[in-house]
Amino acid sequence: MARVSPKKTLMREQDPKARARNFDEVPFGYSSEEAVEEAKRCLQCKKPSCVPGCPVNIDIPGFIHQIALGNFWEAMKLMKQTNTLPAICGRVCPQETQCEGQCVLAKKMEPVAIGNLERFIADWEAEQNECVMCEMQPGTGKKVAVVGAGPAGLTVASDLAKMGHSVTMFEALHKPGGVLVYGIPEFRLPKAIVEREVKFVQSMGVKLELNHVVGKLRSVDELLTEFDAVFVGTGAGQPSFMGIPGENSLGIYSANEYLTRSNLMKAYLFPRYDTPIVRGKRVATIGGGNVAMDSARTALRLGAEKSILIYRRSREEMPARTAEVHHAEQEGIEFNLLTNPVRYIADEQGWVREVECLRMELGEPDAGGRRRPVPLRGSEFRIPVDTVVVAIGNSPNPLIPQTTPGLEAAKHGNIVADSRTGRTSKKGVFAGGDIVTGAATVILAMGAGRLAANSIDEYLKTGVW
Amino acid sequence: MLRVTEEGERIPLTVADVVPEKGILVIVFQEVGKSTRLLGTRKAGDEIMDLIGPLGRASHIEKFGTVVCIGGGVGTPEIFPVARALKQAGNRVISIIGFRSKDLILMDKEMAAVSDELIVATDDGSNGNKGFVTDMLRRVIDRGEKVDRVFAVGPVIMMKMVSKLTTPHKIPTVVSLNPIMLDATGMCGVCRVEVGGKTRLACVDGPEFDGHEVDFDMLIARLRTYLPEEKQSLELYEVEKSGCCGGKGGCCGQG
Repeated sequence: MARVSPKKTLMREQDPKARARNFDEVPFGYSSEEAVEEAKRCLQCKKPSCVPGCPVNIDIPGFIHQIALGNFWEAMKLMKQTNTLPAICGRVCPQETQCEGQCVLAKKMEPVAIGNLERFIADWEAEQNECVMCEMQPGTGKKVAVVGAGPAGLTVASDLAKMGHSVTMFEALHKPGGVLVYGIPEFRLPKAIVEREVKFVQSMGVKLELNHVVGKLRSVDELLTEFDAVFVGTGAGQPSFMGIPGENSLGIYSANEYLTRSNLMKAYLFPRYDTPIVRGKRVATIGGGNVAMDSARTALRLGAEKSILIYRRSREEMPARTAEVHHAEQEGIEFNLLTNPVRYIADEQGWVREVECLRMELGEPDAGGRRRPVPLRGSEFRIPVDTVVVAIGNSPNPLIPQTTPGLEAAKHGNIVADSRTGRTSKKGVFAGGDIVTGAATVILAMGAGRLAANSIDEYLKTGVW
Repeated sequence: MLRVTEEGERIPLTVADVVPEKGILVIVFQEVGKSTRLLGTRKAGDEIMDLIGPLGRASHIEKFGTVVCIGGGVGTPEIFPVARALKQAGNRVISIIGFRSKDLILMDKEMAAVSDELIVATDDGSNGNKGFVTDMLRRVIDRGEKVDRVFAVGPVIMMKMVSKLTTPHKIPTVVSLNPIMLDATGMCGVCRVEVGGKTRLACVDGPEFDGHEVDFDMLIARLRTYLPEEKQSLELYEVEKSGCCGGKGGCCGQG
């Protein structure tokens, strides 16, 4: 066996100082040579452990083998059998805990850079004049409505279209993609890429209805009169606030608002685009997840002199991906760990001017196994700020559970659905993604979409609930 | 909610009327900033980029008895469907609509048709009835009218004063709030308002709330968030529309 390089082939990226001031994508992607070199590190295991680590079970050794041989076209064909959104997944999946985390190389050295290779092959295809089409089954005459054109919905729609069903996606916003367009910033996931992958899904015959708020314009029951099955993938779109004094002061955003203004509405291009955003000089982001990193990094790009992160636990408990924390640190985000805001102080016009915080220490582990932060008495101190982004999580949008009789919802408003089939308590209605699990990742939502698509197909064939 | 162009904002506007058989939706708006002025340039047959709705909760209509429906300025087209529904539900409807001056009066005939009594007031008295809508409401209350409920739509300050007036009389008062909105589906939280000390979202929990519980001053402050940007946007738009730099870019020889 040839000697395997212990390290991943490095992906070149923008210098941290320069990129912290622009919205261009941070990594540049592999060249063909770099991709082939990295692909050759794969041991081509007979029983690959990476594949079960992938929520949509991509034939990972298969496509990597084709890249190693220089057969990029073949690699893409294999990819699209299981994943119609590879340019997105290659960029935003937490590979370190999924495929790459299971790679046998990871025991002794760095795993194969599966995510980078997935991204490479998708970007390579985009540069060609034609694209790999999926094998389509003959039409079944069955109709499926998919509510929400985010990661779960796009996966369900493309899978069902391949199976020969007629699919219509209903999206509440004016652009498809869900969190991929309103949440994840341009510098992490260029919107042109999302557009391209959505177009691919449409090229398979999937219809898309924008500005269509199901639950308002028409109900799930009304959809059921026209469609044979309905999939609900409406995400975790409702922002949480801490409920502390002064939180409604001017200049305090939910991460959803901050990112939606910047990403979906392109407020970073104001006044060329009409939607404004406050370009704070001292911006505090509250939270420790990926969304918090995205917000703090967006603040820098909007011109903040100081972008501060405030998180109540320590670095080890941060839910953000290591790579995102690393990127944020490189760009100069200031971390205030073991710190918790208790109130905001505003000026006479109502604008936030200071955030008062408490120092914390870690106590006993909580139900989730993470050590619980405990406030230190008398440790109050204030940080001067002019903008605050609250990024402490999202809960499911209640609109569909509220307007769909017979659809069982859990205490926090999540729709109750079987984790293996996506079946809900209501006949013909399936659900998956954040609306079922609460805020999670793009790929988990896609995995749920995949399972639901298979189960919808079975239901459409048998009619058995 | 609508968006005029690809670069445009999403702006929340209230539906004044619908004619389903003709596929017509009536929206009355005042040209204030760039987005509404841009919308005003669209003529019959033109298209706009996006239209999203209906959103929020529908007005709660039942037979209350005697109701007063108040519209201030462009709040009038918004109170109109409420007044009509209240009338249809068997209420005695007294409507009060107010404008800055006579030439700004709108929908008075429509309002008269759905009201048992209509009072039209102008700030400058140019229609012969000088005063604010609150003055008219006070007169209605003072003449001994037993008012069971008040509905008010208009400028925030007007809704605040109406609510203040009805508080000592313990008349339930419903106001329709108009905070800044972005997605208007409950996703962003920019439209948060404080009602009875609790934070609510006007886009999904509203837009109607109990006027006696609303923190109007916070709403007024939050509506001012983007004043400098709104001004900048409008100036830029006016300059672009006139095809002249307005003395900023040198095209007109003034720069």
